[in-house]
Amino acid sequence: MSDIDLRPTAGEPADPISTQFLLEVTTSRGRRIRNGLATIWMYGAFVVAVIPLGFIIFYVVQKGLPQVLTQGWFTRDIPAVSRKAGGGMAPAIVGTLLITLGATLMAVPLGVLGAIYLHEYGGRGRLARLIRFMADVMTGVPSIVMGLFIFTTYTLAFGLNGFGGSLALACLMLPIVIRSSEEMLRLVPDELRNGSYALGNRKWRTILTVVLPAAMGGMVSGIMLAVARAAGETAPLLFTIGAARRLNLNLFDGPNSALSLQIFNNAQTPFPAAQDRAWGAAFTLIAIVFILTVIARIISSRFSLKHS
Amino acid sequence: MEGHGGGGDSFFRGVALVAGLTVLAILALIAWSTTNKAWPAFTSQGLSFITSDVWDPPAGKFGALAFIYGTLLSSFIALLFAVPVSIGIALFTNEAAPRRLRTPVTYVIDLLAAVPSVVYGLWGVLVLAPNIQPVYQSVADATNGIPVLGAIFGGVASGKSFMTAGLILAIMIVPIVTSLSREVIATVPSSQREAAFGMGATRWEMIRYSVLPWSRGGITGAVMLGLGRAMGETIAVALVIGSTAQITSHVFFPGDAMAAVIANQFGEAGALHKSALIGLGVVLFVLTILVNVVARSIVTRLDRRTQGA
Repeated sequence: MSDIDLRPTAGEPADPISTQFLLEVTTSRGRRIRNGLATIWMYGAFVVAVIPLGFIIFYVVQKGLPQVLTQGWFTRDIPAVSRKAGGGMAPAIVGTLLITLGATLMAVPLGVLGAIYLHEYGGRGRLARLIRFMADVMTGVPSIVMGLFIFTTYTLAFGLNGFGGSLALACLMLPIVIRSSEEMLRLVPDELRNGSYALGNRKWRTILTVVLPAAMGGMVSGIMLAVARAAGETAPLLFTIGAARRLNLNLFDGPNSALSLQIFNNAQTPFPAAQDRAWGAAFTLIAIVFILTVIARIISSRFSLKHS
Repeated sequence: MEGHGGGGDSFFRGVALVAGLTVLAILALIAWSTTNKAWPAFTSQGLSFITSDVWDPPAGKFGALAFIYGTLLSSFIALLFAVPVSIGIALFTNEAAPRRLRTPVTYVIDLLAAVPSVVYGLWGVLVLAPNIQPVYQSVADATNGIPVLGAIFGGVASGKSFMTAGLILAIMIVPIVTSLSREVIATVPSSQREAAFGMGATRWEMIRYSVLPWSRGGITGAVMLGLGRAMGETIAVALVIGSTAQITSHVFFPGDAMAAVIANQFGEAGALHKSALIGLGVVLFVLTILVNVVARSIVTRLDRRTQGA
């Protein structure tokens, strides 16, 4: 531990030729103090960032877990009167899963194909560079703007439904999937491609049967992280899916519901029962997001093991 | 698909190209469709849409200046807290932490990024805001009457304020600023570090004279991306900023921000009001695109430098 750097020179060094000893006899007090302060800053910064994370997880578990354990949390409808206790979160849980699934089904094929264009065809050409740059810029577009975009282009014409939410989330996921998939394609060694060409395979067949399978593990991991992020989004759903209290399995017909929206709406009320419901929804949402993240980590660590 | 000849190839290439082009198409469509819907508000308000701070939907007056101010102030507060912490963590993982701690530290910071923003908002409004109010109060009491400090810190309303929004935003942008800074710092050649150590530098002097000068550009890019993220963050800010449109130097007073006001008012807005809120979205889109383009240009240029080296 380097906080020893702060110790004054007095006292016998245990090992006279240690680097610590050399530092102490060759470095002035002021320089050592500055070094010590910098070390405290670096360790302290990490601690400062971890404290809120610890607090949030503590509160979500402490206040949310009892809610999740109440009977009917996973099976009952959302109560019509939010200030009274009781009811469940089933419509929002199913809604979050369905809407995110819909977004994934749109964003992943498009994103992977886009990545294939960027890495296998476009390379360092002008168009590919432009698309790559704009995909990076697109990751910075605020999620509320995506919500407004889908509201103006889809919801005004087709009404509030789950699919509108899927479209908005897909717009958020697309650039992330493109850029992470392209990184994975870059890791596939050219020898594999050349070997396939030498066997007489055409480029499209090589990409589909050799390159994609080789990059699959890393790609799936990147995709899962994008899915996890999308599942937690609120702003894109605010004007697109409406607010249903009953289970709606049809993404294309009628208002739907989502955990994130339930948290947002209940957090704004002064009623303890509603706030408890928000904590319960937060626990459920974080559990879903963390499970997806952990799956992504497992897949990516398997993948990197195979490579090394 | 055809197996013979070049048909399959050009077909597949075409499909992939179309997929790539959707990115450009979506960005163009966002700009067009939102501007189109915001047009009634833009034409009825004229330039006062961004120069006036009177936002009075019943009177048909939509001046967004107070929201623009709130977005900039809360993002600025967020950077003030997040930048030293993020650079500290990035240096910690690259230069100071024992090797076996580096991966776990990275995981923990990634966890911060995995928490949905609405959960930060929930925690912010139900836990942080009520508990931090006494802290604000004591800071306000201590600085009240002192010239400049009093104008910034003197005076408290509730726990919902620019400052609380800035704090929550700071927590939320630490992961992105940290991970990009870390990547930049990792590209510093070890010869630079060894040269500094060889001259008898302490670790801090090595960081100060070898690592930081080399990564200054990249860290600037990372900070700007964090700024873009903070400006666009909606839900958490909507819950904790206090939903009061005002331009004030007091950071402990409630305010409002562009993204937050869209989220809070869109549901019950009339036609012109909706148009004005979409107009706010357009302003936000343009601002974040500008910030992101500048940030990405910096980062991309550095990428090319390290790849060429």
